[in-house]
Amino acid sequence: MKAKKGDWVRIYNVVLKPEERAESLPEDTKKVPLEMWDKGFLMDEYAALGDIVEVETIIGRKISGKLLEIAPNFDINFGTGVTETMYIGRQLKELIGE
Amino acid sequence: MADKNSYQNVMARKNEIMKSAVGIDYEEFESGSIAFDYERMMKEAAYSLDEIVKIQREYSVGNTPIIELKNLTKAARKLAPAGKGARIFLKDEATNPSGSFKARRACVSVYHAKKLGYKGVIAATSGNYGAAVASQAAMHNLKCIIVQECYDSRQKGQPEIIEKARKCEAYGAEVIQLTVGPELFYEFLKLLETTGYFNASLYTPFGIAGVETLGYEIAQQFRGLIGRDPDAVVCTNAGGGNLTGTARGLIKAGAVGTQIVGASVNLKGLHMASDTQFNRKSFTTGHTGFGIPFSTFPDRSDVPRSAGRPLRYMDRYVTVNQGEVFYITEALAQIEGMERGPAGNTSLAAAFSIAQEMDEDQVIIAQETEYTGAGKHLQPQLSFAKENGVELLIGDPKDEVCGQNIILPKTPDLIKAVDLDMDSLRASYIRNAVSKADSISDSDIKFLAEDTKTTEAFVKDIIEKIGGTHQ
Repeated sequence: MKAKKGDWVRIYNVVLKPEERAESLPEDTKKVPLEMWDKGFLMDEYAALGDIVEVETIIGRKISGKLLEIAPNFDINFGTGVTETMYIGRQLKELIGE
Repeated sequence: MADKNSYQNVMARKNEIMKSAVGIDYEEFESGSIAFDYERMMKEAAYSLDEIVKIQREYSVGNTPIIELKNLTKAARKLAPAGKGARIFLKDEATNPSGSFKARRACVSVYHAKKLGYKGVIAATSGNYGAAVASQAAMHNLKCIIVQECYDSRQKGQPEIIEKARKCEAYGAEVIQLTVGPELFYEFLKLLETTGYFNASLYTPFGIAGVETLGYEIAQQFRGLIGRDPDAVVCTNAGGGNLTGTARGLIKAGAVGTQIVGASVNLKGLHMASDTQFNRKSFTTGHTGFGIPFSTFPDRSDVPRSAGRPLRYMDRYVTVNQGEVFYITEALAQIEGMERGPAGNTSLAAAFSIAQEMDEDQVIIAQETEYTGAGKHLQPQLSFAKENGVELLIGDPKDEVCGQNIILPKTPDLIKAVDLDMDSLRASYIRNAVSKADSISDSDIKFLAEDTKTTEAFVKDIIEKIGGTHQ
């Protein structure tokens, strides 16, 4: 998938490699890099996912990173039907009565 | 030569970066030892209560309604012994422009940044504060960057944090999202240095002074509603600013007899900087993972001296379990007709339990609510917990094991606020302070007594027990 100049995209960078991370971290965190994500308008004429690109962020900063997503979405919703809580309302209504 | 922007080099410039990014010379208030002049810092570095009220009115912050939760009170009285069951009230802070009490903190910080001529503001926060700073920055026409700790190394993000990123972007902010780790502070320092923006820290005198109006309003509103001050105010406690500001506001209103209760979600056993444990919790703030360390060592924040000092004001500190807060969140919707975000209901879960210990003619207030929506709601948060291997059970919440399960109370009588030992928290604060000092002076003893709401004799006793040297 190709992005063109001006497209709103999401980019990715590694901020610190595992060996560059702070001393006092739990073991599991120490093993993985510190990664970051940001968004902006693509400044390159064309780019493919995975390319290192430059973007202008919403407030006008120019930063570079690996092109990860074109027209990124937030991927949040109301979950997948958690029904365990269904008893709560009825239980309380019964408790307080009319 | 090492890179100017290497982790070590940036961290070494921390103090100079911070000084130009908050516009406060903290040295002015220092004694050179443990003690510092907290009250003078609050007075000189921030604004007066009258000024803050004026600023907040101008930007539509505060003056939120207090709502009596009559059905929840009725439920508490059904469970309490005869004659017990205080009236439960709620301060509906979700009605602030950005949907939480954090608007109060952000309002004063962003106003101050604008006044000092900064072109933009930056805040490091995964919480409601980001949305609050972004919202206020939009009102003041300042640029805004929010830095969030959001994902684990599998790139799985807490739905609650992703929703807050969405909200910040909705207000025109740039949102930088990071994986788990305290080096967020390194990225934050680099951004402050390269942009020259203001650090809208949660812990500056402006931020905390901004919350004083909350406590002040509570006293004023109750005097109108019931003709007197409330008996107890429950504040959700994380970094300590909410409780500190509210308590200071109550005191400024003359409500000195009101008990100040801190409440945090119990996340015992989960390490806040652990990549694999990050997504095994269902609360990203208002929990003991912040509440206890920030109470016992407030100056761990992103400024040299935190204006949030909870032990200075706290009379009682309780924890509630995740399952209890989710139950109360559902209860608030089902019997009070108010759908609000789970984390903000931490203090309400505690108030529901504490009300049952109090007399019927007493009143208790949970002093905040927060907005809710996709991602930031009990359904997606519980759904996410299940996807991450956390079991959702119905039973006795006291059996909850953080990171392994969430237990919704089978019946509401099982909702029990659990007291933390105040004296052991105070002792822990004193030990932390003393361990960083070469020697301890009389003024340090006096300061520690004030900062822990104890006596000089108490402080001396603790110091003696750990073998400290008092000069």
